[in-house]
Amino acid sequence: MPDNSSSRPSGFDRRAFMAGAAGSALVPMTARAAAQDPRAPAAQDPSAPVDVTLHVNGKDRRLRIDARTTVLDALREHMGLTGSKKGCDHGQCGACTVLIGDRRVVSCLTLALAAEGQEITTIEGLATDDRLHPMQQAFVDNDAFQCGYCTPGQIMSAIACVKEGHAGSEADIREYMSGNICRCAAYPNIVAAVKQAAPEILKG
Amino acid sequence: MRPFLYQRATDPDMAVQALGAAAAANNPLTQATAQPLAGGTTLIDLMKLDVMRPTAIVDINPLAQGWSAIEPDGENLRLGALAKMSDVAVHDEIQRNYPVIANSLKLAASAQLRNMATLGGNVMQRTRCSYFRDVSYENCNKRNPGSGCAAMDGVNRMHAVLGVSDQCIATYPGDFAQALIALDATVEITGRSGSRSMPFAELHKMPGSSPDIETTLQPGELISAFTVSGRWPRSVYLKARDRQSYEFALSSAAIALDVQDGTIREARVALGGVATVPWRAREAEALLKGQRFDDGLAQRAADAAFADARGRRHNSFKIALGKRVVARALQQAVTMEI
Ligand SMILES: Cc1cc2nc3c(=O)[nH]c(=O)nc-3n(C[C@H](O)[C@H](O)[C@H](O)COP(=O)(O)OP(=O)(O)OC[C@H]3O[C@@H](n4cnc5c(N)ncnc54)[C@H](O)[C@@H]3O)c2cc1C
Ligand code: SF4
Ligand code: FES
Ligand code: FES
Repeated sequence: MPDNSSSRPSGFDRRAFMAGAAGSALVPMTARAAAQDPRAPAAQDPSAPVDVTLHVNGKDRRLRIDARTTVLDALREHMGLTGSKKGCDHGQCGACTVLIGDRRVVSCLTLALAAEGQEITTIEGLATDDRLHPMQQAFVDNDAFQCGYCTPGQIMSAIACVKEGHAGSEADIREYMSGNICRCAAYPNIVAAVKQAAPEILKG
Repeated sequence: MRPFLYQRATDPDMAVQALGAAAAANNPLTQATAQPLAGGTTLIDLMKLDVMRPTAIVDINPLAQGWSAIEPDGENLRLGALAKMSDVAVHDEIQRNYPVIANSLKLAASAQLRNMATLGGNVMQRTRCSYFRDVSYENCNKRNPGSGCAAMDGVNRMHAVLGVSDQCIATYPGDFAQALIALDATVEITGRSGSRSMPFAELHKMPGSSPDIETTLQPGELISAFTVSGRWPRSVYLKARDRQSYEFALSSAAIALDVQDGTIREARVALGGVATVPWRAREAEALLKGQRFDDGLAQRAADAAFADARGRRHNSFKIALGKRVVARALQQAVTMEI
């Protein structure tokens, strides 16, 4: 997005962050950077940064961001959670799919501000300790990817697809997974992965 | 994307106040400086493209508690404007008594988008005309009034053949609106001076000489609900498109029939993907009413629906395709088991 540089909390840059810090360091860092920001937000100034608390994978993340920031950019650029991918940035490809509550949505068309107070689950929030989520494991088992770019979105979408009750047949899986485009056309293997994981996910 | 002030509407009054106050009085709604945010799947997309440029956004999602109910009461139906497409599509009673509504929603967009998108936002979605969506094209009367129309002699395969003007041939892209217009739905509107309602058929405006004015909604007004009277178990939505799933209609038909003892007592026919607005084909309905169904009748009704169609260089195929869609949808509606 063209606005990426307009309101960055001073001194914060993703490359430095990626090189130097684990995700958990972000909260104090951003808060400190924001507190020191000499360009204190004037009331009613649309360009002023806004404070947003996002609830991601069970943790609260306090951010000071541009009001225009989408959930996708907040995850990728401000929290170091780069699992969710930006394919089109226009709601067309599904690479950015995350769960908000128990619903799959495209995070590229969701404003971070509008997602405040809701539970966001990303691909990083699926595995427990050393165990992959059954859908992640099924994608590995079925070789359900080539380049892997669409995969985090496919997996998030597939989990919701199963829980919605839309994985009962191959036709259903194809229809209800159609919002996730795979440029490598791994579709047959993706369908197989969803089929494999569905019973285990429904069992709970 | 340009900067905007983000506000959360805590109640309807606050929402219409905020929208009305920020909206410059003489701007058409499409260019109003304050826009409501529902699911954001049209608005955020078009703001990223710099097609829509509001300086204020009023998030109406907090109104969902009062505005998202799905209420079939056995005889009539009321759908809150903030109900999500996905929730309405899978609702048992909607599937049973209003299959045309359920299927128009189920066949639209993707599972993710349907989880986000609301019914109110859906009927207000903007055209997918590629010249409209790409601001590097100078000539678009809808986006830039008086600038001409790049689609007229450009690549117009996806464009409309009904309801067109010499100013704009952009297709109304949605699906759900055809179901609403076929069922004679009413739209409830909340504004600064209270609530009003009107036939859904009066919401959208054909492009005429001012394609930038798309609806009769005024800045500061919000859709709060849609209502349908009666039940329409014998109804279908048929959508023909370039892909089997997740694609806008090239041509679609919303059909609702009341058939008794083999005679069509009441017929509703609406067309999508082929017109500039949600399109009611009353000529086709008149032909069907009081008749016994056969293939010849379906064909005559389909011909009547497209009698006034005007194709251009790349979209004339929509006339032949559209007729087949209408005929097949009628066939499906007549033979469906209810
Ligand atoms: C990739 C893609 C594919 C799609 N495919 C289809 C398809 O096949 N069929 C189909 O029908 N649609 C399709 N859509 C469009 C989608 O259905 C609409 O974008 C969606 O329904 C809009 O609803 P929303 O709640 O997200 O609206 P928003 O984006 O929040 O709002 C849309 C517009 O309506 C205004 N608005 C919102 N709510 C109200 C209200 N209550 N009263 C007055 N004004 C309001 C907003 O200010 C904005 O101008 C597709 C979209 C995308 C991105
Ligand atoms: S068809 Fe309408 S929306 Fe498309 S370029 Fe012409 S004026 Fe613009
Ligand atoms: S990046 Fe969000 S749908 Fe493509
Ligand atoms: S694996 Fe490459 S895009 Fe799907």
